[in-house]
Amino acid sequence: MKIAVCIKQVVTREWQVRIDDAKTWVRDRDASWELNEPDAYALEEALRLKEKHGGEVIAVSAGPARVSQVIREALARGADRAIQVEGDALATADAWATADALAAAIKDEHVDLVLTGLQSDDQGFAQVGVVLAERLGVAHSTIIMEVEVDASNAAPGLRVKRELEGGWFQWIAMPLPAVLTIQSGINQLRYATLKGIMAAKKKAVRVVAAPAAPATRQRITAIRVPEKSKATRVIGGSPTEAAKELVRVLRDEVRVL
Amino acid sequence: MTVLVIAEERGGVINRASWESIAAAQQLGGPVTVLLPGAGVAAMAAALAAADVAEVVALEHEALGAYTPDGFVQALAPVIAAAAPALVVAAHTYQARDFVPALAARLDRALVTDAIGARVDNGRVVFTRQMFQGKVNADVVLEGPPPHVATFQIGAFRGDAVRKGGAAAAVRTAVAAVDRATIRQRPETPFREAKQAVDLTQADRIVSIGRGIKGAEHIPLAQQLATALGAELAASRPICDAGWVPMERQIGSSGQTVAPKLYVALGISGAIQHVVGMKGARTIVAVNKDADAPIFEIADYGIVGDLFEVVPAIIAALSR
Repeated sequence: MKIAVCIKQVVTREWQVRIDDAKTWVRDRDASWELNEPDAYALEEALRLKEKHGGEVIAVSAGPARVSQVIREALARGADRAIQVEGDALATADAWATADALAAAIKDEHVDLVLTGLQSDDQGFAQVGVVLAERLGVAHSTIIMEVEVDASNAAPGLRVKRELEGGWFQWIAMPLPAVLTIQSGINQLRYATLKGIMAAKKKAVRVVAAPAAPATRQRITAIRVPEKSKATRVIGGSPTEAAKELVRVLRDEVRVL
Repeated sequence: MTVLVIAEERGGVINRASWESIAAAQQLGGPVTVLLPGAGVAAMAAALAAADVAEVVALEHEALGAYTPDGFVQALAPVIAAAAPALVVAAHTYQARDFVPALAARLDRALVTDAIGARVDNGRVVFTRQMFQGKVNADVVLEGPPPHVATFQIGAFRGDAVRKGGAAAAVRTAVAAVDRATIRQRPETPFREAKQAVDLTQADRIVSIGRGIKGAEHIPLAQQLATALGAELAASRPICDAGWVPMERQIGSSGQTVAPKLYVALGISGAIQHVVGMKGARTIVAVNKDADAPIFEIADYGIVGDLFEVVPAIIAALSR
């Protein structure tokens, strides 16, 4: 089974977001970067499917040159090779442009399955996987918590467990090729070993230029720190002082204890 | 501005968030048309007609009885193209996340997802959406020809704010054009996994933990605080994914939605997936080392500090 995994490089969760002077993006030049968490689960799922059914895992990332960091990470964890779609504008691209760039890189690979995280920690569109399926003309399903491959038929297919709201789930069967968006927590992540890191250096990375960007569909006009909807009383002092005051407030003012 | 709302039902019940979508559409002006895709949904369409809207359309086909993205996109795309509204809106439910991006792509139109607000400015709609895990808000506009498509975060608008009409709106049944043979997904019956032994919705007090708890070995500390407060222990998704706290104690969009009298959030950043499950709490206390954590946006009381110092101090203070 040939599997492509689309991964995004995002700023780390700990990074202090600062807004740029134009107030249309964040000042991320000094940011630290990491693999988008849901995409890490998608990669892990791809590696497990390969271990079970054989085949190849191709990591694909679209973004500026810096995304080579997450590509190396994916190769070190066990992806066989990678495609890096390079373009500076992809750093802030809308979901349509990102899906377009990924589709251009993937379509000639004729993969059986495309996996990606259900959304990214930065823009959080939750669109790219679904739009990618539409662009590739293949079936899709989203928010997946388990993947079974049925290779017994002449036409191999998938049976996937989709998460619904409020603790409900549903199994869905569909033919291959397909695109799945993977929910965080579907599996236990592996981390790169020293051996993996060494092996990654010999793996092929095909760098392709981003296709001509399609017209922007969603444009950011302003970014700001959210207005507070509630007046938060910050209780200061040492941990002991703060704890004492909190307990006093909850007992005497809120009367919830 | 003509707005078309895609409503959602499951098992014969209208999703509450669909009323929120109608409220959003009314706020943008209207006239508003509500479209309810499904099989045998005429009675539910009639219930939606209580809202002050121009028309409710039950978009019927037996192949829409069990939701599939292929079926819904096929049924909705031609109807929306023919109606040619300025805007199509839906709630950002797990179902909408599954088909709305494909629908917008099929229509070749712009889509904004998970918006938390919308206003009309110089004849165009400016949407607000969160980015970077709720740390910033962005104003965005959609480009290209109409109809534009938008999904709104659950809870962004109030369902009880829907303007009711003096008389019921017109209800019409339309037969969707769906070719069952072209639907690639074959869904099975939905099921519940956890036995839901713990009903956190009934708890008066909840102590909830997030990534800040760092490791399974620290769970007893949170449990001690919960015991001292007479509270139930709960957690955000990553903690349940790691198996440190059972899945049935998860709060958020994929877990339970609670509204206790007291909610103590320990080491929880306040990502929206968690916040939607607890923002209805009467009093929210947050303990977090990051003063900029979004949880402080919704907290009534905040302590900025190391929970491993603060929590033992709260336990000590409670024993006095």
